[in-house]
Amino acid sequence: MDLALSPDDWLAVRTSLIVAARAVIFALPLAVGAALLLSRGRFPGRIAIDALVHAPMVLSPVVVGFLLLLVFGVEGPLGGPLLRWFGVRLVFTSAGASLAAGVGAFPLMVRSVRLALDAADPKLELAARSLGAGALDRLVSITLPLAWPGVLSAVVVGFAACLGEFGAVITFAANIPGQTQTLPLAIYADLQAPGGEAAALKLAGVSFVIAIAGLLIAELLARRTRRWSGR
Amino acid sequence: MSAPALTVGIKKKLGAFALDVVFEGAAGVTVLFGPSGAGKSATLAAIAGVLAPDGGRITLGDDVLYDRAGRIVLKPEARRIGWVFQDARLFPHLSVEGNLRYGLARARGRPAPIAFDAVVGVLGLAALLRRRPRDLSGGEAQRVSIGRALLSQPRLLLMDEPLSALDAARKGEILAFIEQVRDAFALPIVYVTHSLTETVRLADRLVVMEAGRVVGEGTLSEVLARADLPLLAERTDAVAVVEGAVTDPDPVRDLTLVRAGEGVWLCPPLNKPVGAPVRLVVLARDVILAVTEPQGLSARNVLPGRIEHMTPRRDGSVLARLDVGGRLILSALTPDAVQALALRPGLPVWAVVKSVAIEGTGRSGFSPLFDG
Repeated sequence: MDLALSPDDWLAVRTSLIVAARAVIFALPLAVGAALLLSRGRFPGRIAIDALVHAPMVLSPVVVGFLLLLVFGVEGPLGGPLLRWFGVRLVFTSAGASLAAGVGAFPLMVRSVRLALDAADPKLELAARSLGAGALDRLVSITLPLAWPGVLSAVVVGFAACLGEFGAVITFAANIPGQTQTLPLAIYADLQAPGGEAAALKLAGVSFVIAIAGLLIAELLARRTRRWSGR
Repeated sequence: MSAPALTVGIKKKLGAFALDVVFEGAAGVTVLFGPSGAGKSATLAAIAGVLAPDGGRITLGDDVLYDRAGRIVLKPEARRIGWVFQDARLFPHLSVEGNLRYGLARARGRPAPIAFDAVVGVLGLAALLRRRPRDLSGGEAQRVSIGRALLSQPRLLLMDEPLSALDAARKGEILAFIEQVRDAFALPIVYVTHSLTETVRLADRLVVMEAGRVVGEGTLSEVLARADLPLLAERTDAVAVVEGAVTDPDPVRDLTLVRAGEGVWLCPPLNKPVGAPVRLVVLARDVILAVTEPQGLSARNVLPGRIEHMTPRRDGSVLARLDVGGRLILSALTPDAVQALALRPGLPVWAVVKSVAIEGTGRSGFSPLFDG
C-alpha cells in the first residue's frame, strides 16, 4: 500500500488545520469571558448561561448544526444581517465550518479555563486589591496569569475537538473539498466511495499523528507553565 | 499629637453576630486584642473596605474612608491601606522582587516615602529577591508580605494575626522585624491578635474586644492595669506594663536601673543607653505586698505605693491594683492574705518584686515567658 499522501489528502489536512485554528482563535476570548462570568460572576440567571454554554456538549452535533443553519442561514436572524450588511456568508463556507466546529468545542474550552479560575485563590485578588490594583488590573496581573495553564489547555483541547468535529460541520457547512472537508469528513467521503478503505485508513493515521503531536505539545507547555507560575 | 490617626465607629449585623465597635487608633501600634470571634478581623475588613458596615464612619487622618450619612464609601484599592494577612498570600507567578514591586508600581504618581532599598534592608530581603514564593519558608514569606504591603505606600498598615501561622522561633523573629518596621517607617499600624505576649511587646495603644464590642481602650499600661476587664484580669498571667527610662545601666551589679514616675526599679541588664525608653513587664503573680517596710529581703525592688482598687477573681483570688510612684501595677493575692493583712483600697503598702521576674522590653530583647 502506498503510504504517501495524495494531493487530496493534503488538502483535507490543510483544511482541517485552518478550520480548527480559526475556530480556536475566535472561540478562546469568548471562552475566557464565559469562564470568568461563570467562575467569578454573582448574578441572577447564571445557571441559564451555564446551561447555554454547555448545551453543545449534550446536544447531538447534528442538532447543533441544524440550529446553526436556522440562526446563521442566509434567511436566519443573524445570518441574514451578516450577509446583507457585511457580505459574510457562513453556510457552506470554510468560515462556517469553523463556526460549527468552534461551537462544538466551546463547552470544553470554557470548562478548562473555568477549572483553572476556580482553583486560583480569590484571596490573592483581595491581596492585590489592598495593594491598589483595580478590577481590570487584577484580572490582567493576577487572575489570568494564575489561570494560564487552563487557558493553554483550552487551546489544545479546543483545537483537538475542532479537528474531530463531524456532525455539526457536515450539517451546517456541508462536505466541500478544500473548503469545509476536514479530515473526518474526508474519511467519511472515502468510505462512501467503493474501495476507499485504504484512503480512509491513511487519513485516520494522519488524524492519529496530529492528535498525539497535540497532546505532546500540550504536556510540554503545561510543564513550562507550572515552572513559570511557581506551582 | 493632632487629629487621631484613625477613628472607627461602625455597626454591622453578621447573622446572629452584631459588630458594634468604636475606637481610635494612634500613631505607633494599636493592638486589637480579644478572643477568637470577638470581631477583630471583621473590624479590619471594614477598615480595609471589603466588609460594608450597616452604618457609621471611618476616618484616616483628615480623610473620610466611609461615612454612611455622607454616603462616602471608598473602594478598597483607593484607601491606601496595607494589609498583612495570617497567610502571606504572595503571588505565586511572581518572584519575591515582583511581589515587592507590585504595590510600588501601583503607587506611581503619589509620593513614595517608603523606599524599596529601605524595606529590603529593614526586613532582610536582599538574599531572597530572585526567589519564587514557593521556595520561601513561612517566616521569609511573611517578611516579604510585610515588605510588599509597606511598598504600596500605605497611610495605615493592618496586620491580621501575622504570626499565627508560624512556629514559636519564627514568631520571635518576625516580631523583631515588625518592631523595626514600626520604628523605621512612621506609619500607624493596627495589629490584631489574641496573644498577650504580642500585645505587651508591640502595643502603644490597646483596644480590647469581646463579642463584637470594644470593652476597653487606652494606652497599653492604662488598659492592662484595669482590673475590671475579665479578659485580662482573670488570666493567671495578668500583667502590668511600667513605662520608664534607663537612668543607670550599672554594669557592676549586672542590673539596670530604670526610673518610672517616682519609682526606681532594678531589672535584669537591658543593654540600653541612659535615657532609653523601656517598658517593664510585671506579672501580677510576681508582686508581693507588705504592710510594713520589709527588711533583709533578697528581692531588689521594694517600692512604696498605695492600693487603689481590689477585684475578686473567679478562682477565689483577689487582684489588687497599686499606684507605685505614679505607675500602675497589679498584684494577685489570696483572700487569706487580704484578711490577715487587712488589705483594702487606700492602704499604703510596699510592693516587693524580684528583679529577675521583671522583663524589660521596648526596642529589643524579650523572651516570651508567658502565653505564646
